Amino acid sequence: MDPRLAVIPFRLGGVKRIIVVCSGKGGVGKTLISTLFALLASQRGKRVGLLDLDFHGPSVSVVLGCRGCTPLEDKGLIPVEVAGVKVMSLDFFAGSAPLPLRGRDATEALIELLAVTRWGELDLLVVDSPPGTGDELLDAVRLLKGVEALVVTTPSKLALSSVSRLVGLLKAARVPVLGVLENMRVEDDVNVQRMAAEWGLVYLGWLPYDRDLERALGDPSALFSTSVSRSLERILETANLLA
Amino acid sequence: MVHEWALAEAVLATASRAAGGKIVKSLKVVLGELQNVDVEILRFAISELKRGTDLEAAEVEFEVEPAVFKCEVCGTEWRLDDALLNDREREAIHFVPELAHAFLKCTSCGSPDFRVVKGRGVWIKELVSNG
Repeated sequence: MDPRLAVIPFRLGGVKRIIVVCSGKGGVGKTLISTLFALLASQRGKRVGLLDLDFHGPSVSVVLGCRGCTPLEDKGLIPVEVAGVKVMSLDFFAGSAPLPLRGRDATEALIELLAVTRWGELDLLVVDSPPGTGDELLDAVRLLKGVEALVVTTPSKLALSSVSRLVGLLKAARVPVLGVLENMRVEDDVNVQRMAAEWGLVYLGWLPYDRDLERALGDPSALFSTSVSRSLERILETANLLA
Repeated sequence: MVHEWALAEAVLATASRAAGGKIVKSLKVVLGELQNVDVEILRFAISELKRGTDLEAAEVEFEVEPAVFKCEVCGTEWRLDDALLNDREREAIHFVPELAHAFLKCTSCGSPDFRVVKGRGVWIKELVSNG
């Protein structure tokens, strides 16, 4: 009998909605979109959490500028709060040390993190997932009851091919997919829209490739003024995900 | 895992579910050394949290399983005592034991690729209830 599994539903009992941001491919902007989504929802007065499940390359804290922060200890761990968003990441503990986790260890780390984190009352928990269809994503689907997915891709054929597999997995696992978000669009084409239709999913819209984004990383207020943030806000609004 | 209070909640919730409404007389809980649990705090937390529950009268016994690691490269086995960890690293491992993979290396060849053979996790080894 593993006591940790019994406590996870209690830890998430005050969370109204969980959305995992995922993609089959790395480098498509999942972390940035997860973080901006959380920030934008918080700006609208939502109570928001952000869970970084990219154990091998946790970088939510880099986007938010909260590396080196430490969750408070109070009958569990209280997430770090940045710009109104409650954030939990292994980066707070591992710092810059590499974290070479094999499959089962990644599962164990997720169980520990879910069992120990006290999110409290949240309207929305955004989950930044690692690339692919590996343990962290499978475990998130298994352990985060009622989780929904937001799929991110770039227009590249390489990304679309991987995302196609991810969509197959999400459908097989009966995870509701809110739609497909196209990131880093550099020219007009309809590849992603066409693929979304083929997958039977809603095409939510596209975000531009933003050369100025790098300068805003680490500063939540600067992130709000990027063209990516403004575009994402419009898309999320249209999709009714900020209401 | 877990902070001791969170762990206490988890143990009691699991035991209560397993007992299925029967009164629990005793529990034996195994604690992996890697969890770095303060047994006295855990004992106190359980005694506080079990009041008014089906587990109020339960005797709770703890057993700590020593942590053993095995290098995937050279096969060397070592124990937690052999590793040099500072307080911050111990604290991090206390909360998420897999962080051992960020801070430990094989004591023989220095590889970070190892597995935890024993001494991680928490589980209820034995539960005795009425009826």
